[in-house]
Amino acid sequence: MMSERNNLGFIREINGPIVTIDLPGIRSGEQVKIGELGLVGEVISLNGREATVQTYESTDGVRPGEPAEGLGWPLSVELGPGLLGGIFDGIQRPLEKIALQSGDYIRRGLSLPGLDREREWEFEPNPELEPGKQIGPGTVLGTVQETETVLHKILVPPGLEGELTELAPNGDYAIEATIGHLRDRHGHSHRLKLFQRWPVRKPRPYLRRDDGISPLITGQRVIDSFFPQLKGGKGAVPGPFGAGKTVVQQQIARWSNADIVIYVGCGERGNELVDVLESFPQLEDPYTGRKLMEKTLLVANTSNMPVVAREASIYVGLTMAEYYRDMGYDVVMLADSTSRWAEALREVSGRLGQMPVEEGYPAYLSSRLAAVYERAGRVETYDAGPGSVTLIGAVSPPGGDFSEPVTSHTKDIIETFWALSKELADARHYPSIDWVTSFSAHVHAAAEWWHKEVDRRWEARRTQALALLARDAELSRIVNLVGPEALSDAQRWQLEGASLIKEGVLQQSALDEVDTFCSPQKQFALLDLALSIYDKGMTLIELGVPVSHLQDLPQLAKVRRCKSIYNSDQVASITDLGREIEDAFETIRLQYAKQHSDD
Amino acid sequence: MSIKEYRTASEVRGGLILVRDTPGVAFGDRVRISDGRGGTRDGQVIRASNEEVMILVFEGTDDLDLEAVWVRFLDEPVEIALSPEILGREFNGLGEPRDGRPPILSNIRRAVGGSAINPAARSYPREFIQTGISTIDGLNSLVRGQKLPIFSGSGLPHNRLAAQIVRQAKLKDEDSSFSIVFAAMGVSYADAKFFRDEFASSGVLRNVVMFVNLADDPPVERLTLPRTALTVAEYLAYDLDRHVLVVMTDMTYYAEALREVATAKGDVPARKGYPGYLYSDLAEIYERCGRIHERHGSITMMPVVSMPSDDITHPIPDLTGYITEGQIVLSRELQNQGIYPPVHISPSLSRLMKDGIGKDDTREDHPKVAAQLYALYARALETRNLASIIGADELSERDRRYLKFADDFDQRFVGQGEAEDRSIEATLNLAWELMSAFPRDSLTRLSETELAKYYQGND
Repeated sequence: MMSERNNLGFIREINGPIVTIDLPGIRSGEQVKIGELGLVGEVISLNGREATVQTYESTDGVRPGEPAEGLGWPLSVELGPGLLGGIFDGIQRPLEKIALQSGDYIRRGLSLPGLDREREWEFEPNPELEPGKQIGPGTVLGTVQETETVLHKILVPPGLEGELTELAPNGDYAIEATIGHLRDRHGHSHRLKLFQRWPVRKPRPYLRRDDGISPLITGQRVIDSFFPQLKGGKGAVPGPFGAGKTVVQQQIARWSNADIVIYVGCGERGNELVDVLESFPQLEDPYTGRKLMEKTLLVANTSNMPVVAREASIYVGLTMAEYYRDMGYDVVMLADSTSRWAEALREVSGRLGQMPVEEGYPAYLSSRLAAVYERAGRVETYDAGPGSVTLIGAVSPPGGDFSEPVTSHTKDIIETFWALSKELADARHYPSIDWVTSFSAHVHAAAEWWHKEVDRRWEARRTQALALLARDAELSRIVNLVGPEALSDAQRWQLEGASLIKEGVLQQSALDEVDTFCSPQKQFALLDLALSIYDKGMTLIELGVPVSHLQDLPQLAKVRRCKSIYNSDQVASITDLGREIEDAFETIRLQYAKQHSDD
Repeated sequence: MSIKEYRTASEVRGGLILVRDTPGVAFGDRVRISDGRGGTRDGQVIRASNEEVMILVFEGTDDLDLEAVWVRFLDEPVEIALSPEILGREFNGLGEPRDGRPPILSNIRRAVGGSAINPAARSYPREFIQTGISTIDGLNSLVRGQKLPIFSGSGLPHNRLAAQIVRQAKLKDEDSSFSIVFAAMGVSYADAKFFRDEFASSGVLRNVVMFVNLADDPPVERLTLPRTALTVAEYLAYDLDRHVLVVMTDMTYYAEALREVATAKGDVPARKGYPGYLYSDLAEIYERCGRIHERHGSITMMPVVSMPSDDITHPIPDLTGYITEGQIVLSRELQNQGIYPPVHISPSLSRLMKDGIGKDDTREDHPKVAAQLYALYARALETRNLASIIGADELSERDRRYLKFADDFDQRFVGQGEAEDRSIEATLNLAWELMSAFPRDSLTRLSETELAKYYQGND
């Protein structure tokens, strides 16, 4: 595989995380061990004998003249059973193991492999394989039950092809044990193990892109019903601080119908990751009934951890996501926050003295961002059928200004844009996804699914609701100038209708036990309920019923509360409530018709 | 390594000196500089190669004579000595006494730079701290191990509020008080004196460690001051098992000092001249707060950030808000109406509130009461805007109710005495009293059970 060279050189200069070394023959991208502490870094540029290295750990105490050693391979991760349920740092060191070794604080110079070497896994060989068979990248050698819900397929690594000469029988193996041999066309024999390594900056190969359509259901109404995401899509959640980015991301991690969830905390708060670490083992996956942690893995480079490893953490997460995709799984990766990743790029480029273009960011910001998002997608894997990586990145624009470089470049690349609004968050309208500035390129594609699985009127109802909300925005401007009394009854009913949609459908509390997850059926029932009331009311107002008469109906309060009274299995009760209100409206209509005929 | 002195200083600019031909000097090490007239200054290596070393001089470089300067590399990081004797004392940013008493002697010495807490070793903060202030306890609750800054502006009473919190903060149903670490950066003599007197008069002085760098002290020292203070906080929390409340004022002056040095170093500026690493640098400070598994003590942090020109989007409050777990925002408008504490609840937030309140922690109705109050107040503020355009007389009866609520809320819920320590029950009861001015059906954020139990209106 990788050649073992032990190149030795020495340190010339230390400038924070950027270290210049003198080491002839080193390659760009190669991993380097620096100084007596053995800090690990990566070569980012070469100039004659000199190489510039970005180190993943703090360089305090390192002196010029100390040794530097080339390791011969680029930044890579280990891929195999034992990833799920774990928490890794930005270069895939297992943080729980680090805590056992170095206590509450992370000591420098620790080198721990990503996967446990001791633990044994029960390997079940693929019954269709036998020695003599031709195998290639993606061939499933066998399986390991990694967690109760996730069957881990052991795949032939990309780049290997040939004849299977030996396959181990069922039994318990540690990941470094040989479970088979492959002879390539040159007659070389290769050992096959339960794990493989992959360089993180190189996307893992697949057969071809796949155009199949399947929506990512997140259980969040404003996302699924208004700005839907597809499996394999790319999305962004931009928002100023306090608008609720993290809660939106965590809700998607909790409730989406993905097989695997990878949560990358990139330059964010330590306590947020602890929240996931402590709550996911307790929470139940609504699709499998098992604990959420069984399908989740975390990559944590919190804001106080070294900035260079923050840049690496996104690639580390993506590579693990692609690995599970290659087994035919639908993976959702959440990156919180891509702005911190971009800032890490900026910091390194600034220390290298590169010419800044916008707000200090280097010129390659947009191409790097695009390349990262492009690793999302739905693909035909070599052997396991379709698999997907959905990438959802949080964006933290300075001052909430969406025109800043990271937000604007991201917006050009992604397909769904869930823009969080400070005004909505200040009014505690959560999730604070703004229906005016958000968009989804997948509405028509998702409509096919909704029409088939839930209700044929989905797209029409969605459009009607958005139109009503747009009308509400116009009318609100008038109200702010001249007061509500200036509006006609019909216009005031439009305001009421929009408010029913906002409070009864769009607002959804992550903290409310009943409402935190909402099935597509319940989503549509709530939307349909609000709009039927609006439609019915409008016909009454056209008949001359005063709007105050309708606004005072006690049932309207119930419509607003309905989402947290009935759970996803009680959709029938929501329909019943709809009928009850229709009856009430009918009574009003009859009374009114009678009054009129009495006159 | 033998301790050598170098006379090869080649350049001085804005708090930095460059020294040539200094082989093997470690990055981050402490430096002692003799000015040749009997005075010494302290510094730290911030760039190192065999040909040249860049040193940050904490006391600044004013009045240094290149010819006369001697530089000694101490071969140790910037450290502070720690012992229980440290309580009740006052230091500068380097941990040197400012109170005229002898320095702390101890075998325990720690580098002030600290290192990152392993996220896997943290425990999630969830113990409610009662501050006795309704807008905080009721709507933006503070929990043990949280970092919750006060966003303020010049002339606003952030210091009085911080002092009131220090006086009143306690766990509900528990009398265990906090040890206080107070870090003052670039504040005026009067402000430092205010806190010193405040600690003395409330009798907590023996539980306080003060770190002070006044407005006329060297700004470069402000860069180590919060780190030194937090090293002490970590010692108190994790070695001595105390619950520590760290009050830092004012982070804006800290960031300005950082900009000053970054400019002198020639770092590429990002926004408003602040270096691109301001976020990471602030995070290194703020993230030192929290709770750790199986450790008794905790660090709760309350930094004061004054927003230049009251602009919350200015890089310092902006980046702070992205790191801290919420913010308490003070408003000039409320201040001008004579309301104390002038907490503007709309932009204020506590991210860790959700797990620290409710049935087992405060009261079962607390989460929904907070949500309902926020919704009512948002609507009430819209109505107030409307009233200022079309006049209150033109409002419907429904809107007039909101207008009255806005005023009552500001006066009675937000406003409270500087010595008034409201229990969480009192805060919630007051909330119900105010909400009961509305018809029951309009309070849709509350559950039927809660309404049945606490609603006091006629409807």
